Amino acid sequence: MPLLDVQDLRVDLPVEAGTLHAVRGIDLSVERGEMLCLVGESGCGKSMTSLALMGLLPRRARLSAGRLDFDGESLTALSERRRGQLRGRRMAMIFQEPMTALNPAYTLGNQLCEAFLRHRLGNRRQARERAIELLERVGISAAAERLAQYPHQLSGGLRQRVMIAMALMCDPDLIIADEPTTALDVTIQAQILRLLRDLQQEMGTAVIFITHDLGVVARIADRVAVMYAGEVIETALTQALYANPSHPYTRGLLSCIPAPGKTPPGSRLQAIPGVVPSLVGEVEGCAFRNRCPLVREGEVDAARCEHTPELRRLTGDHQARCHYAEHRAATRVAQPELSP
Amino acid sequence: MTVSTSTTSRASRAPAAGGRARALSEVPLPPTAWSRVTRKVFGHRGLAIGLAIGLVCVGLAVLIALFAPLLAPHDPYFQDISNRMVPPVWHDKGSWTHVLGTDKLGRDYLSRLIYGTRISLTIGLVAALISGVIGTTLGVLAGYFGGRVDAFISYIITTRLAMPVVLVALALASLTGGSLTTVIVLLGLLLWDRFAVVSRSVTQQLRDAEYVYAARTLGCSLPYILVREVLPNIAGALIVVITLEMAHAILLEATLSFLGMGVQPPLPSWGLMVAEGKAYMFFQPWVIAIPGVALFVLVLAINLLGDGLRDLNAPGGRH
Amino acid sequence: MGTFIVRRLLVALGVALTISVVSFMLLHLSGDLATSIAGPEATAEQVAQIRVEYGLDRPIVSQYLDWLGGALQFDFGRSYYYQSTVIDLIVERMPITLTLGGLALGLAVCISIPLGVVAALKRDSWVDRLALLFAVVGQAMPSFWFGLTLIVVFAVTLKWLPAAGSGGLEHFILPAIALGYYATPAMMRLTRTGMLEVLESDYIRTARAKGLSTTSVIFKHALRNAIIPVVALAAVELGFMLGGSVVIESVFSLGGLGQLAWDAISRNDYPVVQAVVLIIALFYIVLTLLADVANAALDPRIRTR
Repeated sequence: MPLLDVQDLRVDLPVEAGTLHAVRGIDLSVERGEMLCLVGESGCGKSMTSLALMGLLPRRARLSAGRLDFDGESLTALSERRRGQLRGRRMAMIFQEPMTALNPAYTLGNQLCEAFLRHRLGNRRQARERAIELLERVGISAAAERLAQYPHQLSGGLRQRVMIAMALMCDPDLIIADEPTTALDVTIQAQILRLLRDLQQEMGTAVIFITHDLGVVARIADRVAVMYAGEVIETALTQALYANPSHPYTRGLLSCIPAPGKTPPGSRLQAIPGVVPSLVGEVEGCAFRNRCPLVREGEVDAARCEHTPELRRLTGDHQARCHYAEHRAATRVAQPELSP
Repeated sequence: MTVSTSTTSRASRAPAAGGRARALSEVPLPPTAWSRVTRKVFGHRGLAIGLAIGLVCVGLAVLIALFAPLLAPHDPYFQDISNRMVPPVWHDKGSWTHVLGTDKLGRDYLSRLIYGTRISLTIGLVAALISGVIGTTLGVLAGYFGGRVDAFISYIITTRLAMPVVLVALALASLTGGSLTTVIVLLGLLLWDRFAVVSRSVTQQLRDAEYVYAARTLGCSLPYILVREVLPNIAGALIVVITLEMAHAILLEATLSFLGMGVQPPLPSWGLMVAEGKAYMFFQPWVIAIPGVALFVLVLAINLLGDGLRDLNAPGGRH
Repeated sequence: MGTFIVRRLLVALGVALTISVVSFMLLHLSGDLATSIAGPEATAEQVAQIRVEYGLDRPIVSQYLDWLGGALQFDFGRSYYYQSTVIDLIVERMPITLTLGGLALGLAVCISIPLGVVAALKRDSWVDRLALLFAVVGQAMPSFWFGLTLIVVFAVTLKWLPAAGSGGLEHFILPAIALGYYATPAMMRLTRTGMLEVLESDYIRTARAKGLSTTSVIFKHALRNAIIPVVALAAVELGFMLGGSVVIESVFSLGGLGQLAWDAISRNDYPVVQAVVLIIALFYIVLTLLADVANAALDPRIRTR
C-alpha cells in the first residue's frame, strides 16, 4: 500500500471570468521513503496540488478527489480537527520563500518547537533538545545560540535550513517541498538539495519535491511526474524518463537544459514556443497541441489531438498522456548528466 | 524619525494615508481616470453606494448653500418672541409654517439650518484651500529637496502635530474675537499637517521618477518641474486630503462655535445652534438633534466622497 | 540603535522647546495683554499699573526666558483668576483628565481591536460591513454632539448615569464613551488592514502547515504582528484625546484640565492657558516617544538592529 494514493484530484477556483480548473484530475502515488518530483512550469497546478494535499487550499477553492488516501486513511473524510493533527505531525511542508515563511516576531526556537509541542510529542526540554539536534543535522553551527535568534538575523540559505529542520521536528512520514531552492543562490541551492536528499535517505521520509527545473530533478528524484496545464502528462522512474522521454512537452523541457559537454558553446538554448492554454473553463482535447512540435511540423494527425488523451501505460511504470507517445521525434534530446 | 511614527499615526486618522499615497504614485491619475471611475463604480457595488451617497449629499448641500435665499421659508434672523420654541412639524404641536420649529428667540429653525450650510461649506472649503496651499508647499519642498530642507520641514510638521489643535484654536479664536473670517484663517493655518505629510511622501517617490529626472537633465527650471511635473501627479492624493480636511475643518468650526469661541451669534452656525439649544435639550431634544444630524450628515457625506475617491485611485479597491 | 535613540530624544527636546515658545507667544502676539487683563472699563493708569505688575513692560525675550526658567521648575506663575498658583491648579485637575483619557483609551482598545480582527477574519461579511459603518459613523460624529446625545439618552431618559459633574467613576462612563468613540475608527481600521495583510503572509501558511489550531494561528502568529502599529497608534491617540478632552469635559462639566483650560480662555487667564497647552503638548511628545519604544519592543527587527 502506497503512503499517499491520489486519484482524480481536482481543484477549482472561482475567478471573475468563471471557474479556473487549476488541477484537472491528477493521479499520484508516493511510496514510503520515496522521493517524487513534481515538475512543471509556473501555473501548471503543482503548487495547488501540494496545498490540496496539505489541506491548506484558499477557502474559496473547491477540491474533489476520486481517492485521497494517506496511509490508508481517506483525507477527504477527516474532520478539520483530525486533519490538523495530521498536518505538521505526519505530513510537513517546506515553502519556496525562506525570507518570508518564518514569523518575524518569534525566535527560531519558539517556531521550531511549536509543532512538536502542539502534537504533544514531549515537553519543552525535549523539544529544545530535538531542535538543537536537528539544527546541527541540517548544518547550522552554534545551534543552541541560534534558538534565541530571530529570522531576520539569518541569511536566506540558513533560513531554508531552519525550515527543513522545522519540517523534520515531528519526524513526519511525508514532506512536501514546494520549490525550496528557487529563491536561493545557485551554490546554496546545491547544498540544500544535497541536504534534503541525504536527510530523506537517512530518515526514510517520503518527499514530494516540487520544481520547475528538470536539472534539479535528475539529481535527487526516484520518480518524476511532469505536470502541464493542471494534469500529469508523463510519469516514470527518473532514469526511464531521461532515457526515454515520451511526451513532446517533456522532450521540450529536457531540451531547454544545457548539457555540459553536449550543448555546443554559443548554440541557442531551446525554448518551447507558445503559451499555456487558459484553464478558465473546460479544456477540450490535448492541452499541449497548440505548442506541440509534432502537430506543428505535421508529423501526426492533428485531428486526433482534438480528443483528450488518457494517461497511458507505455512500459512498466512509465505512463504518458499523448496519443503519439510512441512516436519518436527526429530530434534526439541531449541528456543531462545523472548525478552519482 | 520623529516624523515617521507620529505622522503615520496621525495620518491613519485618514485611514492608511501612507498606503494611499504609495498607491497613488504608482497610478498617475489623468489619462484613464474616467474609464477607471466607470469601471470601478459599475463593477463594485459597495464602493458605488458610498461614493454615490457622498456625491449626492455633498452636491445637495452645495445647491442648498447656493440657493439659500430662495429655499429658506423665512428670514433666518427674524425674531418672533411670541412664537418661541415651536416644535417641528412631526410633533403634535408642530405646524407647517415652521417645518423644523423655531428656536428660543422664535427664529425659523429650517431657515437657520439652510443658511448654516453656507457657513459650514465656506469654512470647510476655504480653510482646506488655505491649509492645502501651506501644507502642499511645505511637503513638496521637503520631499523634492530632501536633506536639510526635509529635516527642517519635518521638524515643523512634528511640532505642529504636538500642538493640541482644539486648545490652540480656542485660545487664538478667543483672543482674536471670533468672527467668520478669523475662524477660517485660523483653521487654515492649523490644519495643514496632513497635506504636508502626504505630499511629502508622494513627492519623495516622484523625485526619482524617469520623467522628473528627464526634465531635470533637460535643464528645466525648478518651479517648472515642481508645478508641471510633480504637482499634477500628487493631485489625486491631494484631492482626497482636501475632502478629509474639509470635514475636519467643518467639525472643528462647529466645536469652536459650540464652545462659544468660534462664529458668534446671531450667525446660524450649526455648532452654535447646538450650543444655544443645550439649555432646552432635556425637554425639547430636537433643538440639538436637528443641527447635530445636519452636521453629521454633511461630514459623513464628505468622508464617504473622500473614501470613494481614494478607493478609485488605489488599485485593488478597499483593503 | 544608540545614536537613533539619542537623535530621537534630541528632536523631542527641540519640539518641546519650540512648543514652549509657541505657547508663550500665542498670547503675546495677539494684542496688548495688559489691556485685555484690565478689562474694558479700566483707566489708562490701571492698565499701566497692570503692565508693571505683571512684568509686561520688559522685553519679550526676557519675559519668555523668565517664564521658561519657571516652567522648568514647574512654576508657571499665579492664575489671574484663582487665588492659587497655576501648578497647584494643574496638579489638582490632572487626575480627572488622565482618568478620562485612560478610560477612553481602554474602551477604544477593547472595542476596536476585537472588531478589527473579526472584520478581517470575516472579510466582506455583514460583520465587516457593520464594523465599517461603525467606523464611518464615528469619524463623522461631532464629539460634543455625541456627548450631549449620550446625556439625553442615558442620563435624562433612562436615568442610568449622572449627566454631569465630577465624582465617582460613574461620572466618567459617558464622557469616556464619547471620547473613546472618537479614537476607535482609526484603530479599528488599522487593525483590520493589518490583519488582512498578515493573514495573507507566508508565515501564516507555515503556521497552518504545522497543524496549529486556528486560535493559535490567529492570535499567536497573526495578531502579534498586526498589532504592532496599532499599539503605536494607541499611544498617539491618547495624546490626541488629552487635547480633545477640552470639548468633552465642558460638555459633561467634568472639572479636569480641559475644563480648566476652557474656563481660563474665557477669563483671559493667560498663565493657565499657556501652562495647559504646554503640558498637553509634552504629554503628546512623551507618548509619541513611548510609541516608538513600543514599536521597538514589539518588533524584533527594530529591537535587535
